[in-house]
Amino acid sequence: MMIDRQARKLLFETVARRVIASTDELTDLDRAIGDGDHGANMRRGFEAVLAAVDELAAKNLGESLKGVGTTLVMKVGGASGPLYGTLFMSLGKTLDDEVTCERVADAFAAAIEAVKARGKSDVGQKTMLDVLFPVLAVLREGGTELPVRLKAVAKAAAEETIPMRAIRGRASFLGERSVGHMDPGARSSALIVDAVADVMEGLA
Amino acid sequence: MSENVGIVIVSHSADVARGTALMVEQMVGHEVPLGWCGGDPGGGLGTSVEAIMAAIDQAWSERGVAILVDLGGAETNSEMAIEMLPEARRARVVVCNAPVVEGAVMAATEAASGASLEAVRRTAEELTPV
Repeated sequence: MMIDRQARKLLFETVARRVIASTDELTDLDRAIGDGDHGANMRRGFEAVLAAVDELAAKNLGESLKGVGTTLVMKVGGASGPLYGTLFMSLGKTLDDEVTCERVADAFAAAIEAVKARGKSDVGQKTMLDVLFPVLAVLREGGTELPVRLKAVAKAAAEETIPMRAIRGRASFLGERSVGHMDPGARSSALIVDAVADVMEGLA
Repeated sequence: MSENVGIVIVSHSADVARGTALMVEQMVGHEVPLGWCGGDPGGGLGTSVEAIMAAIDQAWSERGVAILVDLGGAETNSEMAIEMLPEARRARVVVCNAPVVEGAVMAATEAASGASLEAVRRTAEELTPV
């Protein structure tokens, strides 16, 4: 599949608009177990992406993903800036305009490793990684109805962070009290996966 | 001035960063190159990679720069800022695992004596409970 300029623009716009539209939800989740800034931080970052979307989408997929990542690093402000920034920059390093499910899975696997290193974190610690890893597993399987399965796994994986105890990030200060709340980073990751899958399906 | 290691203070709050910088200056005067920043790119509580990079630039010393940070995002953003520096500078900037106020004052005192970057970092990190 070829990701041309128009497809890149639609992809970035859809992701940005979905994240921005969920500002309040992310804020509420973060207020419960963090410092309450995840919604506002992500909105600021993706508003900057939206403002520069034509310029970003004009470059090839690799360079434009790196551009999105750099924008998030510079504008988000919280720890999520470097984490999402690293995810997008790493994807940009490995992807060309011509993508296959296998290539995306390889790029996604490398990007997850980069996020792990950046956050000094791993699966099972109530973070965005708890969504990204199951999503990678579905990408690896490939097969039919991929977008539908990606959305389902991302949603379920975010919900599975509810009973987890936070080990990294501000929520870890709460210890046992972090149990019973969905991780805001897991939720924002699920939102982004959902938006990308909708674009794949032609629903955006 | 650049013969001493520089100190950068990164807090979620501009007030904390500025107050810490004032305490450092009271201890060591202007013998140590000093940079500080606090607040996210929108002016709220948080940290900004761009501002951290500017603070590193302000505190730049050929002998290196030690960064003191407060909470999680300040550390992650500082590490990101280091990676985005020109390659020649990257290896000469470290983030100290130490409390921001006490660490900055101790690190600056050590730096003012002409200590190496590694010694400055070690002095700040002695404050961290193991």
